[in-house]
Amino acid sequence: MAATVAVENLNPKVLKCEYAVRGEIVIHAQRLQQQLQTQPGSLPFDEILYCNIGNPQSLGQQPVTFFREVLALCDHPYLLQRDEIKSLFSADSISRAKQILASIPGKATGAYSHSQGIKGLRDTIAAGITSRDGFPANADDIFLTDGASPGVHLMMQLLIRNEKDGILVPIPQYPLYSASIALHGGALVPYYLNESTGWGLEISDVKKQLEDARSKGIDVRALVVINPGNPTGQVLAEENQYDIVKFCKNEGLVLLADEVYQENIYVDNKKFHSFKKIVRSLGYGEEDLPLVSYQSVSKGYYGECGKRGGYMEITGFSAPVREQIYKIASVNLCSNISGQILASLIMNPPKAGDESYASYKAEKDGIIASLTRRAKSLEDAFNKLDGITCNEAEGAMYLFPQLSLPQKAIEAAKAANKAPDAFYALRLLESTGIVVVPGSGFGQVPGTWHFRCTILPQEEKIPAIISRFKVFHEAFMAEYHD
Amino acid sequence: MGRKGLDYEDLNENVKKVQYAVRGELYLRASELQKEGKRIIFTNVGNPHALGQKPLTFPRQVVALCQAPFLLDDPNVGLIFPADAIARAKHYLAMAPGGLGAYSDSRGIPGVRKEVAEFIQRRDGYPSDPELIYLTDGASKGVMQMLNAIIRNDRDGILVPVPQYPLYSAAISLFGGSLVPYYLDEEANWGLDLVNTRQSVAAARSNGITVRAMVIINPGNPTGQCLSEANLREILNFCYQENLVLLADEVYQQNVYQDERPFISARKVLFDMGGPISREVQLISFHTVSKGYWGECGQRGGYFEMTNIPPKTVDEIYKVASIALSPNVPGQIFMGLMMNPPKPGDISYLKFATESKSILDSLRRRAQIMTDGFNSCRNVVCNFTEGAMYSFPQIRLPQRAMDTARSAGKEPDVFYCLKLLEATGISTVPGSGFGQKEGVFHLRTTILPAEEDMPAIMSSFKKFNDSFMEQYQDYSKL
Repeated sequence: MAATVAVENLNPKVLKCEYAVRGEIVIHAQRLQQQLQTQPGSLPFDEILYCNIGNPQSLGQQPVTFFREVLALCDHPYLLQRDEIKSLFSADSISRAKQILASIPGKATGAYSHSQGIKGLRDTIAAGITSRDGFPANADDIFLTDGASPGVHLMMQLLIRNEKDGILVPIPQYPLYSASIALHGGALVPYYLNESTGWGLEISDVKKQLEDARSKGIDVRALVVINPGNPTGQVLAEENQYDIVKFCKNEGLVLLADEVYQENIYVDNKKFHSFKKIVRSLGYGEEDLPLVSYQSVSKGYYGECGKRGGYMEITGFSAPVREQIYKIASVNLCSNISGQILASLIMNPPKAGDESYASYKAEKDGIIASLTRRAKSLEDAFNKLDGITCNEAEGAMYLFPQLSLPQKAIEAAKAANKAPDAFYALRLLESTGIVVVPGSGFGQVPGTWHFRCTILPQEEKIPAIISRFKVFHEAFMAEYHD
Repeated sequence: MGRKGLDYEDLNENVKKVQYAVRGELYLRASELQKEGKRIIFTNVGNPHALGQKPLTFPRQVVALCQAPFLLDDPNVGLIFPADAIARAKHYLAMAPGGLGAYSDSRGIPGVRKEVAEFIQRRDGYPSDPELIYLTDGASKGVMQMLNAIIRNDRDGILVPVPQYPLYSAAISLFGGSLVPYYLDEEANWGLDLVNTRQSVAAARSNGITVRAMVIINPGNPTGQCLSEANLREILNFCYQENLVLLADEVYQQNVYQDERPFISARKVLFDMGGPISREVQLISFHTVSKGYWGECGQRGGYFEMTNIPPKTVDEIYKVASIALSPNVPGQIFMGLMMNPPKPGDISYLKFATESKSILDSLRRRAQIMTDGFNSCRNVVCNFTEGAMYSFPQIRLPQRAMDTARSAGKEPDVFYCLKLLEATGISTVPGSGFGQKEGVFHLRTTILPAEEDMPAIMSSFKKFNDSFMEQYQDYSKL
């Protein structure tokens, strides 16, 4: 009896989609890691260094204490009845937990909430957005989700009717977008970021790509912008953002603003401006431009990836469309409550005068300062090597160096049936234990090669990573020199 | 260019087709009334903690400690946490490098999946492979992933029980497949009717549908029936003959309120059957921390287990799971704790066992109270809730009620439920949200309101119902 669920008869969209961040190189790394455990000494390195994924706490970054205090109290509210907690928890974490629990019907953190998330938490988030932007935000526009990614999938589901519906996506991009578009059967319409101008976005290029797609019969529905960029790390200049918003309005595009790295900025000459703020600064209201803004608890200085907390703020959509968005959200009932609470905490952290403020600020500043240093050390180290150039990481958590691979290396890769950057990344892994993601996983100008490396390994490990990398790279280039 | 960004007309048609009555019209109306100050009793969704059920203590202690590991370093931690909770928190933190804040393996923490496998082995007597167990943010996400993998186009059909939990119909609409209904037999306590099922499959095939999978919900939702071993054998044989993958939604396996048909997993029966069938029938089994006596809906903890799925298919499923990066870690720990609860001899065992038993015994009593209460009402017939969390009484509406409903532009059961809501504050879900035979109406309510509130709720219902029936009685029949 033929198996009914076999690769031959799976949904072809599932077969088509790819996600390199946890793809082939990483699977291989996991095998090597097991090998290190079962046969110590069998490899030229003694640990695998995962630089493939923006997962800070897996590499030793500590969670923000105040947030965890509040979450623990909300997980086990019985604690609030015990006097002993005064010596274990800060007073403001206790009062914040009480306030949050009071906003949850029955204080039941184990109950499904409203499908958009607990109202009181959405109020807090809306207030945080308002305070950040200087323009009002509405709790009814907020949908709390299990991380930002489900919100991206929801919009792709809504927007993509068939293979002729296109979504403009930056190249290089975070491959959730390409995977989601493939899964939902749409067309990815690429617009290339300019590596020579620090991964700048030229509206004229985007317009060209849009018109090109339309001439091929693609109905372009939306524009994805990732700011700060992933994998590219650039922070958009404000003028650039104005151009983008006007472009979307003129072309009738939905603007999907992935802003999950909004609190990862490492340079003084750039600031994060939310697209919501930009839209409102231009005087555009609800009738003018549909905008979805994504935020997550996974990044920033909080780095709480495992909690799966995030939200999307939807503005500029008609009531019937909003109903559909709500309806789809309701099929999953709600996102996890602990993640919802955390989303409200990051948008309303301790303020000056609060008991926990000093320690909170020290933790936050410490993490950002360390990320800034690590971004710089790694960037400098890559730039010092022949055959590698690396743009600055103005924000986010990654570096995306370009490799000038010798022709012989490219041929060797071809013979091994691998993309040249994947070939390089595999050799890097096997020589050093360092795991990066080949640039082909993110998209790049054809004929150029890159890899994405996170800036997340602990600071003490960075010198060893740099020196091991240097040894490998120089040997590789020597092996394949023309 | 004056193009509008996104109009209703421009949306994906599949999205527009989706319906999910559990949080649909009745719930929205109930929420409106609640805002206006009316007291509402929400019985629209299986959400025990929202109706006063307390969380079990031990899991909350463990997760709180995992959430704030600095507590473990404090010399006073033993004053407010029992030693076994402390030990268990350390056990999970050791399994999760980076703690609760790191993405885990996309399939879930290996150590937790091992606990799930061990639970399955103890429950069924057959070994289970942790590599084929994937933790998900609630069972629903796993159902969605599997249906998305199976459904290629509108000619792929999925056999779904009627009545069903409308996640299935919603997912099939969303992914553009075809729902092939098989009717449960209300007269036989919502029993399986394989003759009817075969007819459905034949009809679907004659319409060009390739029937790919069969969904069973055991214990049933909304119907509560528990499948017998013989039923499961029939179903498995049927799937084998018809080349269907079996999707076994077993999320209510802890909620069983009669002793004739205890829960038996589809997997156990499959392996008991032995022979080629046990190696060839493809099976996906779903479970969750949301139901049972745990009721931890808000944690979003679930898993699916794959049996006889080819390795390449497993790779594709892994790939899709990896795009979501990982299920939420606290939810995974709740699952580990449910699979590996306190044992006799553990410090927390007595309290855990007492709390659990108290909840289960109360659910059993409430299942009976509700069934009896509905059966005492005029024109209402209600099968006993053998399992799960719901009651699904049949409401025999007089012709005049149906006519009035239709002229108000409403389905008769929706009309009845709205009137019930407005009169009593009881917020139910009309049977049309789950599927029912043409012209036969039901509503779904939960057995979850607090036991002490039950008599008042049932009497409020009876008062409304009997007066409704009186009002719409077809006097021409007299």
